[in-house]
Amino acid sequence: MDLSLKVWRQAGPDAVGGFKSYEAKGISPEASFLEMLDDVNEHLNEAGEDPIAFDHDCREGICGMCGVMINGDPHGPQSGTATCQLHMRKFNDGDSITIEPWRASSMPVIRDLIVDRSAFDRIIEAGGYISINTGAAPDANIIAVPKEAAEAAMDAASCIGCAACVAACPNSAANLFTAAKIQHLNLLPQGQPERFTRTVAMVETMEEYFGSCTNHGECESACPKNISIDFIAWMNRDYVKAQFKTFQKTGQ
Amino acid sequence: MGLIRKMNMDQEQTEPFLSSGEPSGPIETRWDNHRFATKLVNPANKRKYEIIVIGTGLAGASAAATFGELGYRVKAFTFHDSARRAHSIAAQGGINAAKNYPNDGDSIYRLFYDTVKGGDYRSRESNVYRLAQVSNEIVDQATAQGVPFAREYGGLLDNRSFGGAQVSRTFYARGQTGQQLLLGAYQSLSRQVSAGTVELHTRSEMLEIVVKDDRAVGVVMRDLTTGEVSSHSAHAVVLATGGYSNVFYLSTNAMASNTTAIWRAHRKGAYFANPCYTQIHPTCIPASDEHQSKLTLMSESLRNDGRIWVPLDPEDARPPNDIPQAERDYYLERQYPAFGNLVPRDVASRAAMRMIDENRGVGPLKNGVYLDFKSAIDRLGKNRIEERYGNLFEMYERITDENPYEVPMRIYPAPHYTMGGLWVDYNLMTSVPGLYSIGEANFSDHGANRLGASALMQGLADGYFVLPYTIGQYLSDYLNTDPVATDDDAFVEVETEVKERNARFLAIGGTRSVDHFHRELGKVMIEYCGLVRSREGLEKAISEIRTIKQEFWTDLRILGDSDSLNQSLERAGRVADFIELAELMCRDAIDREESCGGHFRVEHQTNDGEARRDDENFSFVSAWEWTGEDTPQVRRTEPLEFEYVALSQRSYK
Repeated sequence: MDLSLKVWRQAGPDAVGGFKSYEAKGISPEASFLEMLDDVNEHLNEAGEDPIAFDHDCREGICGMCGVMINGDPHGPQSGTATCQLHMRKFNDGDSITIEPWRASSMPVIRDLIVDRSAFDRIIEAGGYISINTGAAPDANIIAVPKEAAEAAMDAASCIGCAACVAACPNSAANLFTAAKIQHLNLLPQGQPERFTRTVAMVETMEEYFGSCTNHGECESACPKNISIDFIAWMNRDYVKAQFKTFQKTGQ
Repeated sequence: MGLIRKMNMDQEQTEPFLSSGEPSGPIETRWDNHRFATKLVNPANKRKYEIIVIGTGLAGASAAATFGELGYRVKAFTFHDSARRAHSIAAQGGINAAKNYPNDGDSIYRLFYDTVKGGDYRSRESNVYRLAQVSNEIVDQATAQGVPFAREYGGLLDNRSFGGAQVSRTFYARGQTGQQLLLGAYQSLSRQVSAGTVELHTRSEMLEIVVKDDRAVGVVMRDLTTGEVSSHSAHAVVLATGGYSNVFYLSTNAMASNTTAIWRAHRKGAYFANPCYTQIHPTCIPASDEHQSKLTLMSESLRNDGRIWVPLDPEDARPPNDIPQAERDYYLERQYPAFGNLVPRDVASRAAMRMIDENRGVGPLKNGVYLDFKSAIDRLGKNRIEERYGNLFEMYERITDENPYEVPMRIYPAPHYTMGGLWVDYNLMTSVPGLYSIGEANFSDHGANRLGASALMQGLADGYFVLPYTIGQYLSDYLNTDPVATDDDAFVEVETEVKERNARFLAIGGTRSVDHFHRELGKVMIEYCGLVRSREGLEKAISEIRTIKQEFWTDLRILGDSDSLNQSLERAGRVADFIELAELMCRDAIDREESCGGHFRVEHQTNDGEARRDDENFSFVSAWEWTGEDTPQVRRTEPLEFEYVALSQRSYK
């Protein structure tokens, strides 16, 4: 199939960027979206033009490294699918495709389609862990975890940290990411001792970098792992509870 | 204590073998005794030491976090944008531990035994026993970190079976166990970053090791965003940079996985062990065309419930569901009745390849075999199957556009894991003092074939529970010494080398992209050094690899500069190193005149086509020593002794 691409090119963080048009010809419908870009790059290299820089790695939809806006949608038209798992059979011969980096002031462009998502790491460093040192763990079966709780925690934990939620949000909020990371731990018995301190620290760090949630729900529909905005509600509940000394003291 | 310094030829004659430095005595007590005998660094002194960790996958992140907790000052580097991206994240199936929660007869000894046998008797008994011992602690640790392992209705942990074992000992988190374990390690690492014990550098790639007075004293890094080349020194350097399956170009590894860190270390004196031991995983999605950039693995756990078959008649072109039972060949169940679809990976892969060679492959390119869930769905219901493998089925459907609940999956073997890697002693130290290697980057525990669900186990064992103890032995000798200053000549020289090499890539000005050379290399390697190898083919491969190398250095075209983000330049360095490694892999494969595990030489097989080992002549680890740019590596050997597991021809029949 043949496609017309409009791709955001930007030489560096401080350079002025802009769209450039490219033709992608003879693309196999079996190719993935990133393999299509590989092919374009191969031709650019031959023609003496710098290849398009884009982040990618596992190409199995799990590492969270890839992600671009495809015709205005984070990760493109197929729901629950990361860019690397999107295949060209979802497009038609002759389509025009606009490809942009994630847009958010807290995630500046590094080059072309690559952005700096390190603010996510700052949120995790603020409290996205259970404080246990290596070697101090009790037997794994000493704490029974209700199957439902383990499943819900796993639903949250399947977040790949790609930042499509931020890119999709009109406010560039990172609530879905932060909520998923908080609730993964808050839903498990192991996460209870630090539940409230974790929630406050992570939410407040999030707010240093990102916009506020106004319940648009765009994040949920953009999420390649279909993470539910219910987690945001749970995060908000924990955040409110954390403001009360009684809850802090009883730890629940 | 296993310190192997560079030896000249005279010494080599008096001391021909490498020593692992493993303890002796009853195997159950070796690790405990060794820990007691190992020198400790007292808690107040730990902060006087600096340790560099390269790579933040399971092994690197767990090691860096644990060092930080212990009080060491750590610098950790990853070439990803976050420590959470490492390819450990893609491991699907699970992690083994000898908990025996299912009460089906498992024990530390059995896990040890299975792993040595699964590795086709080419691993070090002491190491494997230690691995089995700490396996239980890993599951405890991960659970305490909040890894959401699958649970039974009563709230306790669930287990499943994996290839090469007759017990259920695999802990899992849906089909995303690697992701969850890595997030656990990443979160622990983040906690240490926040505590200030670990300084984490992202988008930083290691391009050289710095060795001074025969000790590793630091590294030279390139900031991938700005292109800046910088030196970092420490008392010890740990390489946790994963495996080299991407030497085959098409593999299940992430696109950026590479050999550069361990290859540069090899060139600086670290022995490279068993480079020809590579694992071709039986359950990957077959390639759809030649533009494909990577292969996708379907977890081996699928073989628990899926049945593998091909049509009896090679000409049978009917859709799979129209082929009656009597006209299907469930060839693994037929050939290996005891283990059936759960034979180890090497056996399953070769069996699939034989089917395809007999022209009985399925799919449009006739390059796959069926993995069929119909009988499991009939027996257990679709919901149960969805619960176990839902995300894998979805992934399969996204890639192939076929629904595996209704149509059998098509699978084919693909390069997946490399058992070979840097040679390390029992303390996980390479042949360069002060340089350690952990996880897939070393060669240590899997012998010639790795069993499923043991890569996660080994990476975390090394990082959480082995290296943090054993590193003290080396460090204690350097108390109150400062790391070598980074303006020392040793660093300045290496920094210059790195910059010159990058400039050289940019100056070639040829016509071909780096991916072109990578693809060409991959074709040669999979053809001649893949599932099946022969002396003739390997010799041919070496000559073709040399041609590729020559063309690479004259016809490569890398645009842009080295002072900013330049992905082609990054790849050029990695592919240049793969090309050198490829030749060593072929030489090692020629040198090992036997078949064992993932290394199958057509000259060495039984009458029914199974691998034939030669224990009399090849019961050793091959460790290759770099001798310079223009002279071939020299093979050194570490003899393997089996006191506990009786050597026998592996049989899964």
